[in-house]
Amino acid sequence: MATVTADQVETRVVETLASFGPDASQITRESSFEELDIDSLDLVELAQVVEDEYGVVLKGEDMKELKTVGDAVDMIVSRAG
Amino acid sequence: MKRQVVITGLGAVTPLGVGAPALHERWASGECGIVDGAGVCTAFEPNEFLSVKEARRLDRFSQLALVAAGEALGQAGWLEELPYDPFRAACLVATGIGGLETVENQHDVMRDRGGKMVSPLGIPQYMPNAGAAAIAMKFGLRGQSYGIVSACASGAHAIGLATRMIQYADADAVVVGGSEATLTEFGFSSFAAMQALSATGISRPFDLRRDGFVMGEGAGMLVLEAAECARARGAAILGEVAGYGSTSDAYHLTAPEPSGTPAARAIELALEDAGVTPADVAYVNAHGTSTQLNDAAETAALKRALGDARARRIPVSSTKSAIGHLLGAAGAVEAVATVQTLSTRIIPPTLGYEVPDPELDLDYVPGEARPLIVNGHPPVAISNSFAFGGHNVALVLRGAPA
Repeated sequence: MATVTADQVETRVVETLASFGPDASQITRESSFEELDIDSLDLVELAQVVEDEYGVVLKGEDMKELKTVGDAVDMIVSRAG
Repeated sequence: MKRQVVITGLGAVTPLGVGAPALHERWASGECGIVDGAGVCTAFEPNEFLSVKEARRLDRFSQLALVAAGEALGQAGWLEELPYDPFRAACLVATGIGGLETVENQHDVMRDRGGKMVSPLGIPQYMPNAGAAAIAMKFGLRGQSYGIVSACASGAHAIGLATRMIQYADADAVVVGGSEATLTEFGFSSFAAMQALSATGISRPFDLRRDGFVMGEGAGMLVLEAAECARARGAAILGEVAGYGSTSDAYHLTAPEPSGTPAARAIELALEDAGVTPADVAYVNAHGTSTQLNDAAETAALKRALGDARARRIPVSSTKSAIGHLLGAAGAVEAVATVQTLSTRIIPPTLGYEVPDPELDLDYVPGEARPLIVNGHPPVAISNSFAFGGHNVALVLRGAPA
């Protein structure tokens, strides 16, 4: 796979999360999933998008570690590399 | 002594519009919400009423239920603050099928993109109890809540069970109703295969030319409360669920028992439960599907339960002539329309009824709306619901004192 940049991943993650409910303008790297009202079901959907686009598999135990948008972006970028 | 169960809120989303008032007002004025052989809630735009998160987590049937519940709770004065201990407020939502559109969409996803891409929101959207879950969650109702399933009698069963729940003091209030959204290609194909749907796309119950039902979608919700609790908090009382009766045909998978005996028994039980006689009944809101078999069996059942002479004198009209058959929502939406008929004292007509069937000889309220005759007491009406599977329900509803 061609290398993906952190910016590309961040854009895609923000776009996906925004489709789940929170306003895109509220979503930053520092936003926690809790404050965005993103729950475990949303994260499974995010993982499906990520696997489909970047071939990165995020499992349940991986997701538990993620607290912020930045955490998710970093994990995806590191595994896509 | 049974606790009296009163109605303090009504809500509906139907092919005649968003909001309960549109249902009765437009039907009574002769408007029909059926277009091209289907009763679609065209005025219902989910994002107008629900947040992005709510809308995308709910199948259309739950969206309709949630909006109708919001309206009913608003009328009951519950939106600012729950007037009950949350554990004393229950929620029952009926559906015939549940989230059919979600099932179909997710099945397509599985076929096209593989099982791993099936949404984690699939099950929570299409489970038939999703409507009850959504309403309980949004409005903080912590008494018992669940879905009720008995095909086209579901909505009426839910109201009957909610009434018993209050009478038995398992709850002081129940947010109850039914919802259905099966206007999908698969839904149409399935009902068409049974030859249950009208080929002409016209819903004209009891008319000689009736040729099947027209499928519709929508939701009806009511707030029921123990009368003593409603009065104590000064709530406006819109009517009463006075009686409930239910039986089964034990006859055929889809066809009604033609003599109407089991359906008549449900009506008799409901009248007995309400402590009224056929002479007290001022109106019947019929199941009236516009199928050959239902309308004949229902007419036979009404005559059997009310007595031939009395049955002929009571006006009988079908809401399905204006909105089509809302399946699991029908009993609830029609209970809403019946309460409105009792409150406004206006009986809406059976639309499209023009050519009498010589075999069916009741007063089906042809032409236009007419006044409900009230003799001093709050008027009483019957609302019937009969289902594939042979499930029969009759509700006896009483209007509020004038």
